[in-house]
Amino acid sequence: MSKANLLDRRQVVSTLLADRKDVVAIGGLGASTNDMCAAGDHARNFYLWGGMGGAAMIGLGLALAQPKLPVLVITGDGEMLMGMGSLATIGLQRPPNLSIAVLDNEAYGETGGQTSHTSAAADLVGVAKACGIADSRAVTTMAEVEAFAKAVHDVSAGPRFANVKIDGASLERILPSRDGTFILNRIRSDLGFQPI
Amino acid sequence: MHARADAADTAPNWPDDIFATLQRFDVRQVPYVPDAGHSRLIQRVLDSATMRGIPLTTEEEGVALLAGAWAGGQRGVLLMQSSGVGNCINMLSLIPILRFPFLTLVTMRGEWGEFNPWQVPMGSTTQGVFELSGVKVLRASNAAEVPAVLEAAAAQAYNALTPTAVLLSQRLIGAKVFTK
Repeated sequence: MSKANLLDRRQVVSTLLADRKDVVAIGGLGASTNDMCAAGDHARNFYLWGGMGGAAMIGLGLALAQPKLPVLVITGDGEMLMGMGSLATIGLQRPPNLSIAVLDNEAYGETGGQTSHTSAAADLVGVAKACGIADSRAVTTMAEVEAFAKAVHDVSAGPRFANVKIDGASLERILPSRDGTFILNRIRSDLGFQPI
Repeated sequence: MHARADAADTAPNWPDDIFATLQRFDVRQVPYVPDAGHSRLIQRVLDSATMRGIPLTTEEEGVALLAGAWAGGQRGVLLMQSSGVGNCINMLSLIPILRFPFLTLVTMRGEWGEFNPWQVPMGSTTQGVFELSGVKVLRASNAAEVPAVLEAAAAQAYNALTPTAVLLSQRLIGAKVFTK
């Protein structure tokens, strides 16, 4: 990675979640889910360890079910590329409380750093915009990250999308729980739902 | 467009039976990839005040959507045709991992008088794919049995968290007829 001014992923994610209040956050498979845990474990963190390509759609289902809650998907460029069609699905539904932040290091960091499509050709901001997500931002500064973090709480003006250019550093893994039923039921419980 | 069905009805009401059952089970999110066999049910959903029809670009999106819906307290059902089942395979792993209620209604192609050979491979493996993925399979082959099959499927999916697929057979729907 030779590009200057690329952001630090942990700093980006901890800024996105710093003043989270009632936000439900979904972390896409890979380093994004670890970054979310590194920012502090939380009952409303939906950590994914699989289902690659599904993070944005989990966010959509949650956002439609809980229209008053801000829902924030934090995922990587590879995970978003695999679920790129979901941007069209979200653009059609226009859930005003859904925000998606892509941590774009232009690489598949978990599998050896192979370059991804965003390194040379694919423009995820352009894709999101073309799919009908009008508020789609190319983010390159921490000030823009802070502005996006604030916007997440406005549940009447989404959906919104941010592609955040981050550096390719491989950081120490901070591992969240891998127990899916625990993760899901902890969120449901925090939202006031009883077990079946 | 559809002929070669067993039932002589010109306007079958089994889609209305399905809709009524889904309504009774308080299903709220209905992701779908369109299929001719589901067209009446999809229209009922889109006209409904309590259900939200959500068109997908590919079926696996629907599996992930239902996980999120349940995290937020809502039940859903995924509508697709048999060729879409293959598109879901890896995403089906979310179901046993997260244990959310999963019900899908699948209109079958590639069986019972099929004209298009390209439908046959996936239609032939649809049930096997579900079973290997831990999803129980029920089948409705005629209009009379649709209500009971749907009732059983919805009950076990939503009450017992038993992932369930209902195959709506091509015999029920009618094989698609291609004319020049």
